Amino acid sequence: MKKTIITVVGKDSVGIIARVCSYLADNGLNILDISQTIVDGFFNMMMIVDFTSAEKGFSVVSEELEELGQGIGCVIRLQREEIFDKMHRL
Amino acid sequence: MINLNEVIETNDMIEKENLDVRTITLGISLLDCIDSDLDRLCGNIYRKITKMAENLVSVGEEIGREFGIPIVNKRISVTPIALVGGSACRTPEDFVKIAKTLDQAAAKVGVNFIGGYTALVSKKMTEADRNLILSIPQALSATEYICSSVNVGSTRTGLDMDAVRLMGRIVKETAVLTADRDSIGCAKLVVFCNAPDDNPFMAGAFHGVTEGDAVINVGVSGPGVVKTALDKVKGKDFSVVCETIKKTAFKITRVGQLVANEAAKRLGVPFGIIDLSLAPTPAMGDSIAEIFESLGLERAGAPGTTAALAMLNDQVKKGGVMASSYVGGLSGAFIPVSEDHGMIDAVKEGSLTLEKLEAMTCVCSVGLDMVAIPGDTKESTIAGIIADEMAIGMINQKTTAVRLIPVQGKKVGDQAEFGGLLGYAPIMPVNKFSCDDFVSRKGRIPAPIHSFKN
Repeated sequence: MKKTIITVVGKDSVGIIARVCSYLADNGLNILDISQTIVDGFFNMMMIVDFTSAEKGFSVVSEELEELGQGIGCVIRLQREEIFDKMHRL
Repeated sequence: MINLNEVIETNDMIEKENLDVRTITLGISLLDCIDSDLDRLCGNIYRKITKMAENLVSVGEEIGREFGIPIVNKRISVTPIALVGGSACRTPEDFVKIAKTLDQAAAKVGVNFIGGYTALVSKKMTEADRNLILSIPQALSATEYICSSVNVGSTRTGLDMDAVRLMGRIVKETAVLTADRDSIGCAKLVVFCNAPDDNPFMAGAFHGVTEGDAVINVGVSGPGVVKTALDKVKGKDFSVVCETIKKTAFKITRVGQLVANEAAKRLGVPFGIIDLSLAPTPAMGDSIAEIFESLGLERAGAPGTTAALAMLNDQVKKGGVMASSYVGGLSGAFIPVSEDHGMIDAVKEGSLTLEKLEAMTCVCSVGLDMVAIPGDTKESTIAGIIADEMAIGMINQKTTAVRLIPVQGKKVGDQAEFGGLLGYAPIMPVNKFSCDDFVSRKGRIPAPIHSFKN
């Protein structure tokens, strides 16, 4: 399994989760976990997705999510899980 | 499984606190390029570097994109050129030809710098060493990417004072030849004592002869992350401060280790070491001096600065060592003046002097780094400053370095502009009294005794 973390940060509005989830479904990315909170008035969401059966390459998905984010006023980042895992787990 | 708070913490470090991987440095041995014919030697060097480092920049960018962390520099270090060029070069000009070849190879593969225009002369100079050293001013003024270093002493051999004296002259000549750009050539020239073989940081990186054919060394950074963490423990006792620094250094270093492993795997080159240094940049929030302020000093240079730096340096190592399988290079806090806006402010406000900086170098890596001094400083005075700093390294069994910039046409009160990561620097005053008769003595200062430590 190739776990990847998607973070969505921006002003809260209707349909952010729906838009991101539709994109993931269309591209064969299975969501393993979602958590969401509001920090300082900003919408913060983290998704853990499985990249194993992704139909597109990492950089393509990363760019497309970035564009999608711009359309809904959010910053969307795609990062491999290891950076968080190494930093926070022994 | 990773939770949202941990993800936010990591991404805040990257976005708000300037966490980055400062450099992936590919060390390449050029020993198998050696030839007695200069043209053949240059051809061998160019082919080997452009082949081995073909994918270095693209792999670095790819890793940065996938993990979401900036990898600021991709660099190459090579075997000390005085060794590589020894049998082919008869004159300093011959060495300059190799410098130009290295520069072309660096440009071809797109790296930021190439280090290793180096001579190791801690005991005595060979004819090749001397010719390489004499060629440094010309080599640095005629190239864009070359970094040069000369190791003039070590704890085991003592100090080669003939080389120290010569380096006083070479630093000055380099300043004169690059006078049109605030003597920037000197920003790419370091004089070392106890230089490590596996340093990934410029300007002092070279691929030591004890290394294998190729190696990946990674330098991490993150003064801003340490500073932000320390801001949260204001007024707490030293045990809390030290724990905070250690935990932060651990996190930073783990990222460096991850990037190093990935780079090594993708380039098919063995991983060497992580250099645990805290390397500042001129950006706000990326400063060692700001860490001092967070610890409770009004400005860098105030009484207590050396103690604060000693503690910081030691805790960074303690936290970082556990996070990496192999640690090496310079590993410590850097205190370059021009690359740290807090240090620059401290100099401007009269808190930080050359003498205090020298004291600070006793307890951290690396030395008098990126210090701009008046352009009319005498060669012998520069040699004297180098000798002092080298003596600190020799006696304390640590690496020390000097990167002085006698900025041509400028005096105390003026400012030198180097641009980019090299920053800008106020010209610092230098002691006016002469050391001519001391540095003009020939020979060596013997290796120090290793007992009776006081």
